[in-house]
Amino acid sequence: MSATESNEELFALADSLIETATGGEQIEVYISRGSSTEVRVHNGEVEHFVSAMSSGIGIRVINDGRTGSAHAGTLDAGIASAVLAEARENVSFSSVDEWAALAEPDAVDITKQDLWSDELERYPTSDKVELAQRLERMTLDLDCRIRVDDTNFVDGGGEGLVVTTTGIRRYGRSNSCYLSVSTLADDTDGTRTGFGFAVGAHPGEFDVERAAREGVDRATRLLGAIKPTSRSTTVVLDPFVTAQLLGIIGSTLSGDAVVRGRSLFADRVGESIAASTFTLVDDPTDPRAYTATDLDGEGLAARRNVLIDEGELKGFVHSSYSARRAGAATTGNAIRGGYAGSPSAGCLALQLVPGKRAQLDLIASIDDGVLIEGVSGLHSGVNTVSGDFSVGATGMSIRNGALAEPVREFTIASTIQRLLNDIVEVGGDLEWLPMRASGSSLVIRDVMVSGSS
Amino acid sequence: MIDSDVLDRVLNEARCHGAGFAEVYAEDRRNTGVAYDDGRVDGVSSGRDRGAGVRVINGVTTGYAHTSDLSERGLLAAARAAADAAGSGTAGVVTVALDRCTPGGGTRVEVDPNSVSKARRVEMLTEVDEIARSVNGAVTQVSAGLSDSYRSVLVANSDGVFVTDEVTRVLFRVSVVADGDLGMQTGAESLGFTGGWEVFDRYALTDLATEAAEQAVRKLRARPAPSGQLPVVIAQGTGGVLFHEACGHGLEADHIAKGASVYAGRLGELVASPLVTLVDDGTIDGEWGTRSFDDEGQATRRNVLIEDGVLVDYMWDHIRARDEQRAPSGNGRRQDYASLPMVRMTNTFVLAGDDDPADIISSTEHGVFVAKLGGGSVNTASGDFVFGMRDAYLIEHGQITEPLREGNLIGNGPQVLSDIDMLGNDFAMGGPGTCGKDGQGVPVGTGQPTLRVSSMTIGGTAA
Repeated sequence: MSATESNEELFALADSLIETATGGEQIEVYISRGSSTEVRVHNGEVEHFVSAMSSGIGIRVINDGRTGSAHAGTLDAGIASAVLAEARENVSFSSVDEWAALAEPDAVDITKQDLWSDELERYPTSDKVELAQRLERMTLDLDCRIRVDDTNFVDGGGEGLVVTTTGIRRYGRSNSCYLSVSTLADDTDGTRTGFGFAVGAHPGEFDVERAAREGVDRATRLLGAIKPTSRSTTVVLDPFVTAQLLGIIGSTLSGDAVVRGRSLFADRVGESIAASTFTLVDDPTDPRAYTATDLDGEGLAARRNVLIDEGELKGFVHSSYSARRAGAATTGNAIRGGYAGSPSAGCLALQLVPGKRAQLDLIASIDDGVLIEGVSGLHSGVNTVSGDFSVGATGMSIRNGALAEPVREFTIASTIQRLLNDIVEVGGDLEWLPMRASGSSLVIRDVMVSGSS
Repeated sequence: MIDSDVLDRVLNEARCHGAGFAEVYAEDRRNTGVAYDDGRVDGVSSGRDRGAGVRVINGVTTGYAHTSDLSERGLLAAARAAADAAGSGTAGVVTVALDRCTPGGGTRVEVDPNSVSKARRVEMLTEVDEIARSVNGAVTQVSAGLSDSYRSVLVANSDGVFVTDEVTRVLFRVSVVADGDLGMQTGAESLGFTGGWEVFDRYALTDLATEAAEQAVRKLRARPAPSGQLPVVIAQGTGGVLFHEACGHGLEADHIAKGASVYAGRLGELVASPLVTLVDDGTIDGEWGTRSFDDEGQATRRNVLIEDGVLVDYMWDHIRARDEQRAPSGNGRRQDYASLPMVRMTNTFVLAGDDDPADIISSTEHGVFVAKLGGGSVNTASGDFVFGMRDAYLIEHGQITEPLREGNLIGNGPQVLSDIDMLGNDFAMGGPGTCGKDGQGVPVGTGQPTLRVSSMTIGGTAA
C-alpha cells in the first residue's frame, strides 16, 4: 500500500464506527475497495475476460483483553454497523489475553513508495487482450515444438485504510499487473510444461520477449527428462525456487510462530543458524520488490529488517501483538488476508544479499549435482514446525561443471535447519519475482535426491 | 433472493450484443468461526458476503462480471459489463421465461449450527485442548477450530435453468505440537460434514484430539523416511488424495480439451490396474464435496470415470460439455460469486477390492505404510504428482514397525495407477479437503480402501 491522504468517504465510514467506542473499548476498522481484470487468451482468441469489483470491511474490537472480529463484503453503512455489533458480541465469547491490544502509532517514518501507476489505470482493455495475444504468438513462433496452454494478462488496483481508536489513521492505494504464459512441449512419454512471465509497474515495462523465451526454454529443456539416481548430492536452486524456499524460511521467523511455540528458531537469536554466506533481509521499502509497501497490515510504517546476518539469527518479524508478547518492538510486519483476515506477523518482501557469481559459474565448480528449476508439494512435504523438508522437483543434471541431461519425477529432501547450514554459495543473479520474495541462485550441498534406486 | 422477472431482464441485458448464452449466479454466505490456540480462545469471528456474477458466453469467449449489489440496477450493470467483455456475437436474442424455479434438496440439517451458542463452541474447544494436552507431557501446543458456513445459491441461465439451493457445512480441526529431544513434531486431525451440528454427536471431538496428540508424540521418535523406490501401503480412507492427484485432475475436461492431460485421447484404454474403479459422486449424503446442484445449476450425479482399469469418461462443465455436444456431468463448480465456474471434482473415490487389509501388510516384505496422507499436487500435462505423508511407518517383514518423519512421495499418474497390485475390502471415505485450481478453493471429498502400490518414490533423507 502507498500512503496518501485521501478518500473522505471511506474515512467517514470508518470514523462513524470508531466514534462509538465506549470505556476502554478499542476498535479497528479496515476497509478495502478494488477492481481487477483478467484476460485469458487461447489460440489467438479471448477465452475469458473477467472484470471484478470488490469491497469489504473488517472490524476488530478488543475490550478487557478479549478480541472479537467480524467482516462483510460490502461497504453499506447499515451492514457495517451490524458488523460492528457482531464483532462486539464475539468479544464476549473470547478469552482474556493480557497481550491483546491494537497497534499504537510509533515513531518510525514511512519510506514513501510509488505504488500507483496512472499508465496502468488508463491502459485500454483492447491493449490488454492484444498483449496476451502477442505473447502467445511470440511463444509459438519461437519453437515449433511448443504448444500454449494459456496466456494471461492480469491487473488489479485498490485502496485501503486502517483507522483505530489508538490513533492510527492510514490510507493507501496501489495497483499492479503481470503477463504470463503456460507452455507445453510433447515428449515421447508425456508432456513437459513451462511458464514465463513479465512484471512491471505498467505494461510498458513488460519484457514480453523474455517471457516468451523463458516459457519455451522451461518446457523444451525438460524434453527427454529421465528420473535421476538416488544419492546425496549438491543442488543449485534456480532463483525462482530459492524465492519459494525463502518464503518457507520466512514463515519459521514469524513472531507469531515464536510466541506460540511453533518456531524452530525460537531460542536461537544471536546464534549461527546458517552458513556465513547467507544474509536474509525483509525489506518492503526496496522499491524493486514486487511486494514493496509503505504500510503494514496494522497501518504502521513498513521497514527494513535484517533477519539473518552472515548466518547469525538477528531476530524475528513482529506484528504489534507478537512484539508485545515477546517483549520486543513491532517490526512493522503485520500481514492480513484482505478485509476478512486478522493481522498476523509475516515477512513482506524477502531478499538475499547476493553473492558474486553467475549461475553458470556456480555450476562450473560442481562435479556432480542437480540444477533445480521447479519444485512442487511445498504445502504437503514441508513442515515448518519440525523442519522436515521434502519436495518434488524437475531440473537438469550437473556433471563435471556443466549442465547434462534433464531430470524429473524425483524429490529433494533435507531439513530446514540443515539446508541453511549446508548453503555453499549465494549467486549474484538477484531476480525480482511476482511473489513475497526475490531470488538468487543458491548452492546447497548434501541434499538427498530420491529418484530411481 | 432475486425475482424471476428481474432475472429475465438481466439475462436479456447480458445478451444485448448477441451472445448465445448468459447466466446469473447469486449467493448469500454466512460463516462463524471460533479459534482456540495457546490455551485460550484466540478469536471469534463472523462473516457475511453476498453478491452475483453474470457470465456471458459468445462463441469461444466468456465474459464475466460480478457485483455485491443485488439490486436490479447493480445486476444490470454487471450484465452489461459481462456482455461488453464477451464481445459481439451473432446469436439472435431468444427470450426464455424463467417461470419455474427448481429448489434443490438443500442440505439435510438436523441441528442448525445457528442454534449452537458460541459459548457452547468455546466449551467444546476447551475440552479438546484439555484432552490433547492430557495425552502426554510432551504436548506443548494445541490449536483447534470450529466453524460453520451457510450458503444460499441461485442459478438462472438463458437455457431456462433456474434453481436455488442451500448448503450448510460444519468443520472441526485440531493440530498439536509435541516437543522432544530431537525437536518438535506435529499431529493433526479434522472432521468436515455437509450438514448440521448433529455430526458432532456422532463423532467425539475428544477422540480426534487424542489421535492428533498421539500422532505428534509418536513422531517424536520417528526416523528419517527412506529415499528411493519402495512398495507403499496406504490406509483406508486416508489416501483418496492419491487418486485426486494421480488421475482426478487429469480427467477434468478443460485439461483434456487443451491436450494438457496425460489422459487426453485415452477413452476406452486401460489406464489403471484392472483392480481400480474410480467414481466421482456429488450426491453422497453428508460428504464434504456434496451438493444437490453444481454451481451451473446442473444436478450432481454419480459418474464412473475408470471402470476395472478402463477409462470410461471425463468430468464436464457447461462449456466443455457444450463443445462436445454432450450432457454436463454436474462438475461445474466455483469458489464464490466472484469466480468463474470450472470443471471440478466433488467426492472422488476408488471402490473396494477383495483383499484383506491385514494380508496387504503381511505380504509386504519391505515398504512404507502411510496411515495418514497430507495434501498433494499434480502437473496434469506430465502426470507427475506428489503427496505428503503425515503419519507413516516402515513395513519390515510384513509388520508395521518404526514411525517415519514427514516427506513427499512422487510418482507419475498412469504408472502409479497401473502399479496398484492389492486393493482392500475395507472402503472408507476420508476427511474434508480443499481442492485448489486456478486460484479457487472448493470443498472436496475423497475415499478408498487400503491399497498397495508396488513401487513409488519416497522422498526421505535416509539412504
